[in-house]
Amino acid sequence: MRLLPCGDSGLLVELADLDEVLALYAELVDDPPAGVVDLVPAARTLMLRIDPTRTDPAQVGRAVRATATRPGQRPDEGLVEVPVTYDGEDLAEVGRLTGLGERGVVEAHTAQEWTVAFCGFAPGFGYLVGADERLTVPRRSVPRTRVPARSVALAGEFTGVYPRESPGGWQLIGHTTLQPWDLDREPPALLVPGVRVRFVAA
Amino acid sequence: MPLGRRAARSTSWLEVVAPGPLTTVQDLGRPGLGALGVGHSGAADVPALRLANRLLGNPESAAALEVTFGGLEVVAHGCMTVTVTGAPCPVAVDGREHGAYGVVRVPDGASLRLGTPRSGLRSYLAVRGGIDVPEQLGSRAADTLAALGPAPLAPGDRLPVGTATDAHPGVDVAPVPVPEDGDVTLRVVDGPRADWFTPAAHTALVSQPYEVTSDSNRVGMRLSGTVLERMQDQELPSEGMVCGALQVPPSGQPTLFLADHPVTGGYPVIAVVVPADLPRAAQVRPGQRITFRRVSTPPLPPASPTTGDTDD
Repeated sequence: MRLLPCGDSGLLVELADLDEVLALYAELVDDPPAGVVDLVPAARTLMLRIDPTRTDPAQVGRAVRATATRPGQRPDEGLVEVPVTYDGEDLAEVGRLTGLGERGVVEAHTAQEWTVAFCGFAPGFGYLVGADERLTVPRRSVPRTRVPARSVALAGEFTGVYPRESPGGWQLIGHTTLQPWDLDREPPALLVPGVRVRFVAA
Repeated sequence: MPLGRRAARSTSWLEVVAPGPLTTVQDLGRPGLGALGVGHSGAADVPALRLANRLLGNPESAAALEVTFGGLEVVAHGCMTVTVTGAPCPVAVDGREHGAYGVVRVPDGASLRLGTPRSGLRSYLAVRGGIDVPEQLGSRAADTLAALGPAPLAPGDRLPVGTATDAHPGVDVAPVPVPEDGDVTLRVVDGPRADWFTPAAHTALVSQPYEVTSDSNRVGMRLSGTVLERMQDQELPSEGMVCGALQVPPSGQPTLFLADHPVTGGYPVIAVVVPADLPRAAQVRPGQRITFRRVSTPPLPPASPTTGDTDD
């Protein structure tokens, strides 16, 4: 664990890997150190945003250092089932890249439980990590200028669902009828850090 | 979200005739939603918004209009009391000029026009009762990056004005320092990836001025100056960003993040502008130059040998 400075209003905690990020986030999310107003998990880091009128980074750093984490622990914000029609434009390519074939990709995607590790790129865009690395694929070499909303996709060790139409470089394997981001719903984001996800072939 | 025609239910409203280069609704933003990928947003110059609301007896969190480089023209439907803070610009009510930072009565049907500010970039037009557009995620702020909150104002938009609840403070004018013209000095502290940059980059950052380019908005200001060279060229996995971060893309020209900055970013942050200087940063115009001055921060706690924690 390294503590990296961000001025008076932030503290960036750098960890060895995503598992350590999830374990620390799981410990802090329900009971953050006093004066911490926001937690932003990412692939290798956890950003703690601080209200500088209430505390300072050194004090928050001491609290983080004193936090005992359990290796392998993940936050748990409940289970969501996501129905997927596996008809993505890159399904064949992903089958080739992974050596699993199209059917093997669908089986690997639906057979494991995924956890939303962090959000980024756009509101409600969750980065989901699985239990094994069979579906690890590179991003497309040429990103698409337009990816339809609700596309289900893979990139690196992650899977995700595009919350709205946007440019994107992930490999598209299917689409869902669930809306990952809906401002008329509380909470608006379906896939928030700690939510466990099962994909189900529709 | 488009601004609807629902204003008809409100007793008074503003009708937009011309929005100027960019006018958005802003309040104190959406703190605490970073884990959902939602940024803080809100007024770029927070003290100016708070002051405008105090002058009118509004809660400091009431929504107002952030007017970028003047040019806003609205028509008042219903009598209202307004003020303009931040970048000081002429305020004309039916052609009659009032100074900035004063409390101005606007009769029903009158036109209200903001001229070009003498200095600074962002003026705040507040109305007693607040701009009463619907909240999204607890705020009325327009997040221009995430497309949350009301869209930037367009001709024909109607903005409902809320009902004042607190007593009128009885202040006529607020004497405050106006935004600087000429070179602006902002204090910085080392950022999370300061050790990715060469000593020459750290020296250049605080010894050569950086010009604010026209490629600047509420997300951030692209700066132009001495290239900031990296010592390490590896990819940075995206990580959380803070307002005031100086992020350095491969071009070596830093971007200073403002209110609508992305929640996470994939380029290293060499330094961070101290929170107290951010309101002044938000008032620097394209073409003005920024001189950064490094200040020190108390050290962060080291790894404790007793916990077996390591620093690498």
